[in-house]
Amino acid sequence: MFQTDFNIILPEVVLAVYAMLALVGAVYTGKDKLAPAMTWLTAIVMVLIAAWIGFAGDGSHLAFGGMFHDDPFSRFGKVTILLSAAAVLAMSAEYMERRGLLRFEFPVLVALSVVGMMMMVSAGDLMSLYMGLELQSLALYVLASLRRESAKSTEAGLKYFVLGSLSSGLLLFGASLTYGFSGTTLFSGIIEAAGAGQAPVGLLFGLVLIASGLAFKVSAVPFHMWTPDVYEGAPTPVTAFFATAPKVAAMGLFARVLHDAFGGVVGDWQQIIAVLSVLSMFLGSIAAIGQRNIKRLMAYSSIAHMGYALMGLSAGNAFGVQAMLVYMAIYVTMNVGTFAFILSMERDGQPVVEIDALNLYARREPGKALALLVLMFSLAGVPPLVGFFGKLYVLRAAYEAGLIWLAVLGMVASVIGAFYYLRIVYYMYFGEEREEGLDGGKSPVLWAFLMGSAAIMLLGVVNLFGIEGVAQAAAATLVH
Amino acid sequence: MVGLEHYLTVAATLFVIGIFGLFLNRKNVIIILMSIELMLLSVNINLVAFSSYMGDLVGQVFTLFVLTVAAAEAAIGLAILVCFFRNRGTISVEDINVMKG
Repeated sequence: MFQTDFNIILPEVVLAVYAMLALVGAVYTGKDKLAPAMTWLTAIVMVLIAAWIGFAGDGSHLAFGGMFHDDPFSRFGKVTILLSAAAVLAMSAEYMERRGLLRFEFPVLVALSVVGMMMMVSAGDLMSLYMGLELQSLALYVLASLRRESAKSTEAGLKYFVLGSLSSGLLLFGASLTYGFSGTTLFSGIIEAAGAGQAPVGLLFGLVLIASGLAFKVSAVPFHMWTPDVYEGAPTPVTAFFATAPKVAAMGLFARVLHDAFGGVVGDWQQIIAVLSVLSMFLGSIAAIGQRNIKRLMAYSSIAHMGYALMGLSAGNAFGVQAMLVYMAIYVTMNVGTFAFILSMERDGQPVVEIDALNLYARREPGKALALLVLMFSLAGVPPLVGFFGKLYVLRAAYEAGLIWLAVLGMVASVIGAFYYLRIVYYMYFGEEREEGLDGGKSPVLWAFLMGSAAIMLLGVVNLFGIEGVAQAAAATLVH
Repeated sequence: MVGLEHYLTVAATLFVIGIFGLFLNRKNVIIILMSIELMLLSVNINLVAFSSYMGDLVGQVFTLFVLTVAAAEAAIGLAILVCFFRNRGTISVEDINVMKG
């Protein structure tokens, strides 16, 4: 009995044990001298575990009395999380080493937060949900303030900590009400207690509080206040991590709570998610226009993208979840490429984050400028790039679920949002001559990630690399 | 007779005091940490009250998890606060303003 349960959570156990061994090993031996090797090793371990989960995983299993799910949905989430975290680790090793930032805690904290994220997408119980979420959040608070001697980085960590704890508190209060009014913490029990059509008022309070706690984690408006400051203040590799894996995990958890625990009362949460989605899309698109700092700009861009992913979720059916999963996978790929470019932006060895520095960049580095052009067009959703198909998917999900107003507003927001992506392209190709351009940035790893991500955006239009079928199978297990 | 609703009222009151403490306090970050702790502990009252009302142990197990996480969270919060104090020499809420959010 315990043996079968243990086998189901083996990937998480392996990664957690690896992280703890790496921590103890590094403390007693070389400490920061080992950090570059450990960063690469952690990335390799994550890729291996992703391959293990992706290829060996089969069917749907429950472990520990339903507290932990191993099904196509959780496997889709885990593979996306592990691969994006590994990509971020590989990109950050050289950048952090040159700036004296690479401490051995960095890969360990990333690995531990990834264990939390894997727990989140597999949660089948309010307790495993909370433990996974906190393991992820606590590691991320420390990562945000990784640059201990910088006022900006510690301030980002402090802000993230305070607002993150507030959201955990809201979520926990909702969880306690849900437990009280349904009599169980298992999602399978909550869905029975909630019944079909109309849930008791206490459960609705619980649902609203849990949803607002999770909206904090996916940085949906009106719970987005922390995002721009944390993205700006944290070291750039950490920002790249924040923009990818945790977003996938939080959206996966959101989908799981809404469908596994409250799937019988879709009408009760559909409007909440739709409103969060509209607000995020518009605020993300409009507030980004005034930003001169590319990290802040990416923060608003991620808020807008979360709005689109929530649009898929608000459809409240299997196709909506499928659209959300496809959108998140595309979003992560685009962001890895964009952050590979941002990490390579430097002048005299110092990182640069001002958009103005990109003026006439295409004359100096035509290849990288072209790759960034492809990524920016894809983020804006310009056809025929892959980003366009992601948007098309969620718009179709909203349209087919009868939320036509939502789909129309989504299109309006995407037109507004295109402005600031296209402005970056404009600067690169038609800007004015400036003295202080960018130089350097010759890292082959970053170049490979940038080009690879741009190539995926072009080649993926053929069949999206078959991701639709996998996402469809994943969504089918979640929505009954 | 003290019933379930009394416990729920106390818990909800403490929770709201915690949220207000977080937002209205302009002086000291330590008070923010105390407010966060107040929120988490009010949830524990809720959980234990429900658990004993229903005769179901799961709520008390949940409480133990919450207590553990609250301790870890306070430790990390204080550690970040110490780093912040070393850089800025202050822990006043009004001084957390290098970046305008």
